[in-house]
Amino acid sequence: MIINLSSPHIHGGDSVRMTMISVILALMPAGIVSVYLFGWLAFMLITLCMVTCVATEFIVLRMMGRPATPIGDGSAALTGLLLALTLPAYIPWWMVLLGSIIAIILGKQLYGGLGYNLFNPALAARVILLISFPLNMTAWIVPMHVGAPIIDLYNFNDCFNLFLFGPEAVARTLDAITMASPLGHIKTEWSQGIGVTEALRNYDYSYLDAFLGLEAGSIGETSAIALLIGGIYLLARHTISWHIPFTYLATVMVLAAIFNMIDPAHYAPPLFHLLAGGLILCAFFMATDPVSSPVTAKGRIVFGIGCGILTWSIRTYGGYPEGAMFAVILMNCAVPIIDHYCRPRVYGR
Amino acid sequence: MSKVTDNSSISTSLLAPVYIVPIKQHIGEVCTPIVSVGEQVFRGQKIAKSQGYVSVPVHAPTSGKVVKIEEHAIPHPSGMGLPSIFIEPDGNDTRDESLKPISDYREKDPAELRERVRICGVAGLGGAVFPTFIKLLKDQRNPIETVILNGIECEPYLTNDHRLMIEKSKQIVTGLDIIMHMVGAKKAIVAIEDNKPDAAEALRKAVESQPEMKHVEVHLLPTRYPQGSEKQLIQVLTGKEIPAGKLPMHIGVLCQNVGTTWAIFDAVVRGNALTERFVTVSGDAVPRPGVMRVRLGTPMRFVYAQHGLDHFENIHLLHGGPMMGERLKGPDVPVVKSTNGLLAMHSDTMMKAHKVEQPCIRCGHCGVACPINLVPNLLADQCRSDLFEKAESYNLFDCIECGACSYVCPSNIPLVHYFRYGKGQLAQISRAKGFADASKERSEARDIRIEREKAERAAKRKQVRAAHKPKPSDEMKTEAIKTDEKAGEEKPTDEKPESKGSES
Repeated sequence: MIINLSSPHIHGGDSVRMTMISVILALMPAGIVSVYLFGWLAFMLITLCMVTCVATEFIVLRMMGRPATPIGDGSAALTGLLLALTLPAYIPWWMVLLGSIIAIILGKQLYGGLGYNLFNPALAARVILLISFPLNMTAWIVPMHVGAPIIDLYNFNDCFNLFLFGPEAVARTLDAITMASPLGHIKTEWSQGIGVTEALRNYDYSYLDAFLGLEAGSIGETSAIALLIGGIYLLARHTISWHIPFTYLATVMVLAAIFNMIDPAHYAPPLFHLLAGGLILCAFFMATDPVSSPVTAKGRIVFGIGCGILTWSIRTYGGYPEGAMFAVILMNCAVPIIDHYCRPRVYGR
Repeated sequence: MSKVTDNSSISTSLLAPVYIVPIKQHIGEVCTPIVSVGEQVFRGQKIAKSQGYVSVPVHAPTSGKVVKIEEHAIPHPSGMGLPSIFIEPDGNDTRDESLKPISDYREKDPAELRERVRICGVAGLGGAVFPTFIKLLKDQRNPIETVILNGIECEPYLTNDHRLMIEKSKQIVTGLDIIMHMVGAKKAIVAIEDNKPDAAEALRKAVESQPEMKHVEVHLLPTRYPQGSEKQLIQVLTGKEIPAGKLPMHIGVLCQNVGTTWAIFDAVVRGNALTERFVTVSGDAVPRPGVMRVRLGTPMRFVYAQHGLDHFENIHLLHGGPMMGERLKGPDVPVVKSTNGLLAMHSDTMMKAHKVEQPCIRCGHCGVACPINLVPNLLADQCRSDLFEKAESYNLFDCIECGACSYVCPSNIPLVHYFRYGKGQLAQISRAKGFADASKERSEARDIRIEREKAERAAKRKQVRAAHKPKPSDEMKTEAIKTDEKAGEEKPTDEKPESKGSES
């Protein structure tokens, strides 16, 4: 093999493993906040997702008779972490297991493994779980430090029992320990004829809480500040480019601002949209997944704008309160054609 | 770190025991030897004459005797050979005096100087070795406004241009003056990267010392690969792009490498043919790296030995820089006009850059790195999947093979390797298509000819028949002839066996 070495003969030293590790590092603030808010539940959820994803990848590779070396690149672990951060603090353990297996098998290996998947594996699994188990997937455990705690999430035994045997094991019903997310709340209220402004008031909504993460939601999605720190780290490290996050967030904000000006009772304000749900997580960590997003700068701008329009539209007019993951998954489908039409102008042509 | 040789001054190679001079050292047509075995030659004497326009002659690197003319390996990754003239030096290094120095070059006709540059065998010493005289044309349709003196030093590790600019700054500036006179340019820009402030200073001083060169500016540019490439350098300095398929002269620019400029000075002012060049000898396997002034034809083994490298086990030799250089099969090839660097790297260093390829994660870093805005990962996919025509429509042939994409790729994909493969396959396809078209044309011509011959034969038969009209009583015969006549006119296919016979 040494005979046919072709130039260049030096290399910058970047690697897939370093890329994956840097994204995992960037998710650390969000991970820490999730454990702070959801205690042992978040810890168990993250651990189970990551372990299951890596194990599934290992088993699947062995079954296909392929070398198990790709395990070392960290992509399966990252998929597990991303999936965990998009899940509610409590869903039955077998759903977590199923989601992780779906992410690796349906989301990734069936397409040919790393680099060949059309969809972001974590998001694909998340969407499948949401459609299959809508009740569990929209029941948000009341986090710690938000009002009086209903169950002590820092108590390992309670969390373990809840996680394995369900709410009945800690003598509660699911309804008793969960609450609506801000997005879910305004959607329900609107369906009962209550406007956004009023709905936010009766929810006791606070922008500062939403920015810090003190609200109901998926374990890793609530804290805007933690996600922004990670996102800025990735931007500074050039792991991701600014195009997708910026255009995605800007599009949502601009649309929200325009419609909010037209009818503030019906359309939520832009800052609410920005801080709500999984938008920031999707913008910095999901939509920027290199494999399932466009490769060119122009393409990424188109992709980001598309994600933004879809997210806002689904949130505003769709049946689901949150549209960010659907938006990204839908735009993933369009990537090959975006790549084809958004190539940069070649030098001298 | 890689530029370990930028502070050591240029050394001069000893006289080698034998010189191996390949008869083609430039881009273009091959030369023909004009000396015979046993003949005495002098340094700078023409030993192979050029054929065709895009070609320059080859000269004897020193005085001595031609000992043999036979095929010898040239610096090429395949180890391919070319007819080469072997010269055994007599040790006197006597110069061929047929070319007279021209000191008053400003008074001379540019065409005369251009001929001088041609017969001295000057070719682009940056590495492309395109015959220099072709670029030095004073053309009314494409007047050159700006001459760019390229002091960028194209690649990591290489410092030969850097040292040359420091040690021969005055001669380079004179060379630049000659070029400006030849093409009638009013303005010149000296382009140097900011990692070589000493070279910029030296050239600035040299420019200032010549009052008539006040239209020469020295520009210090940020260090960025591949800025030494003509297209990129012109874009950075002028903001203009060379349209696809055009040359710098079409936008009024001429770009010359500092080494070539020095060679032009040497050819015009001193009357020296191109028989030596400056070579960076470096790499982590070279004990005493440095820049060396080496005669063309010197065996590389002899050059490496002078830098302390004698053993070549587990060592990779590179001809050129680490980004675009070619791997050599061994040290027994001569230094040629394109040899800007001779690197020697330990195998494990090399293998760090040539790790096992992983799947593309579509991060897009390659596209950001590409100086001509290709989308390298899509192109590589197409080449790998044998979708060559698609790759061509994605402008595969615009790739300059600078290697920036492979360098940044986190998956260690040898992108440039795929592009070379794709280009090669496309060239083969177009050749095969050429053959197919030619044979189609031939076969069509044959069909036409057969038709024509058939018609001629039929006409002849008619004539004969008219001459020998059958007797009316012989009905059977008439009938038979009539059918035959019909067949001859309406069903030409019936006559196929006959025509085939006539052809064979």
